[in-house]
Amino acid sequence: MHQFTLSRPADISAAIAAHAQDAHAAFIAGGTDLIGLMKDRATLPERLLDLNRLPDMSYIDAPAGGGLNIGALARMSDVAAHFEVRSRFPVIAESLLFAASGQLRNMATIGGNIMQRTRCAYFRDEDDLPCNKRRPGSGCSARFGLNRNHAIFGWSDDCVATHPSDLAVALTALDAHVLVRGPGGQRSIPFAEFHRLPGDTPERDIVLDRGDLIIAIEVPARAEGRASHYFKLRDRQSYEFALVSAAAAITADGGLIGSARIAMGGVAHKPWRLTAAEAALRGVSLDDTDALKAAITASFTEARPLEHNVFKVELAQRVALRALETAGARL
Amino acid sequence: MTTTYPAQAQSDGRTDVCMTVNGSPRTLRVEPRTTLLDALRDELGLTGSKKSCDRGECGACTVHVEGRRMLSCMSLAAMHGSHRVTTIEGLESDGDLHPLQEMFIEHDGFQCGFCTSGQIMSAAAMIEEAKAGWPSAATVDVTEPFTIADLSKAEIRERMSGNLCRCSCYPNIVAAIAEVTGRR
Repeated sequence: MHQFTLSRPADISAAIAAHAQDAHAAFIAGGTDLIGLMKDRATLPERLLDLNRLPDMSYIDAPAGGGLNIGALARMSDVAAHFEVRSRFPVIAESLLFAASGQLRNMATIGGNIMQRTRCAYFRDEDDLPCNKRRPGSGCSARFGLNRNHAIFGWSDDCVATHPSDLAVALTALDAHVLVRGPGGQRSIPFAEFHRLPGDTPERDIVLDRGDLIIAIEVPARAEGRASHYFKLRDRQSYEFALVSAAAAITADGGLIGSARIAMGGVAHKPWRLTAAEAALRGVSLDDTDALKAAITASFTEARPLEHNVFKVELAQRVALRALETAGARL
Repeated sequence: MTTTYPAQAQSDGRTDVCMTVNGSPRTLRVEPRTTLLDALRDELGLTGSKKSCDRGECGACTVHVEGRRMLSCMSLAAMHGSHRVTTIEGLESDGDLHPLQEMFIEHDGFQCGFCTSGQIMSAAAMIEEAKAGWPSAATVDVTEPFTIADLSKAEIRERMSGNLCRCSCYPNIVAAIAEVTGRR
């Protein structure tokens, strides 16, 4: 790795101030993504700010009958093992358990997880092939290159990458909020607005500015939380990023869907909400597979597959259906 | 304010980090960029932890930090001041092999042996996770409590998926772990 300095801010304010005034500073917590990016020379920060000892940021609060508040430094494994998370929001626990490995889940934090950068092989390539995320303005090698794993929604000619976080897909489905503190104070960002589409600035994955620090994730109390499921399809059974995944959460009345929430991973630069399908699913019987399929199709008319991922359009609809039906079995 | 740490950065840019390694207090002089793996191997001569992919993909570098299994190649040594670190060299007690070490021999859980220390360190902590009731992606229903009695071979395979074996000794590795947990 390149040379850098490492310091330990004493508190949140010090961390924010140090980051805000230094364009070459980066926060490090679990380090499981950042250290890989530095080894691949995809990012070369000169000063690392170690957040691991900041006090009171690893909590998992699940007040009875309420939502869920997770400190940014809570580790993936602790959140996934938390019984209230598992029983009230199984989609969150499953999204964590189907990600990474046991070792990595013990290291990686919740805040870092949603900050992960794409696994596009061109972005990670040490030989510096053209990539607008890696070197803005250099071009997108995947647009007409190997793009089997890439986006079918929302991409631009400048970037066709997908977002790798499983947890982010579950949090999108549940309309969670990201609590962020910066030099100007604290704000709560709706999850669907936290990640960006690439447009002509694909180097920016998220809406945070310099000096912004994720403090916590807030999941509102949701009736749909309990009947929820995360279904992930991969090229191998375990320890792999999603080819396509879906988080579904529903309520039903007498077997008819009252409210459905579906978000997908592996299909876009950000977790992709199936808004049109959600509207079409209202009132549909969970036992009527054809009707469920037809409703899901409503969100796929705008799909734009690339040369090597045409199969994802059909696959994603099947994955969404499976997630929905499995969530329904938890009613 | 921000503290550059450990408190005294040396003139060569290195810093001293104190941690407890295999039960003994140790001071390591490292650069900020030195991974925990490189520090253990190069500074302390503990070469049981292996450097294979160096990208967090293979698990050969697995050690325990504060009792938890972690990848030492994906962590900076300077972040582990005051931590308790255990490597494969510290797993036996008073000259007696850990039951997992015995069972890996018994079940022939390796060929070349390069991944073995990582496999055993990972398995030792994985068993503790299962005892603590942690579910996995192989758990039938995560909304139900999990107990060590639920640790099937399918569960073991899933929970050990972070440790690759290029010799593909997986059936024997799983058998060794299953025997230690009381399921044959």
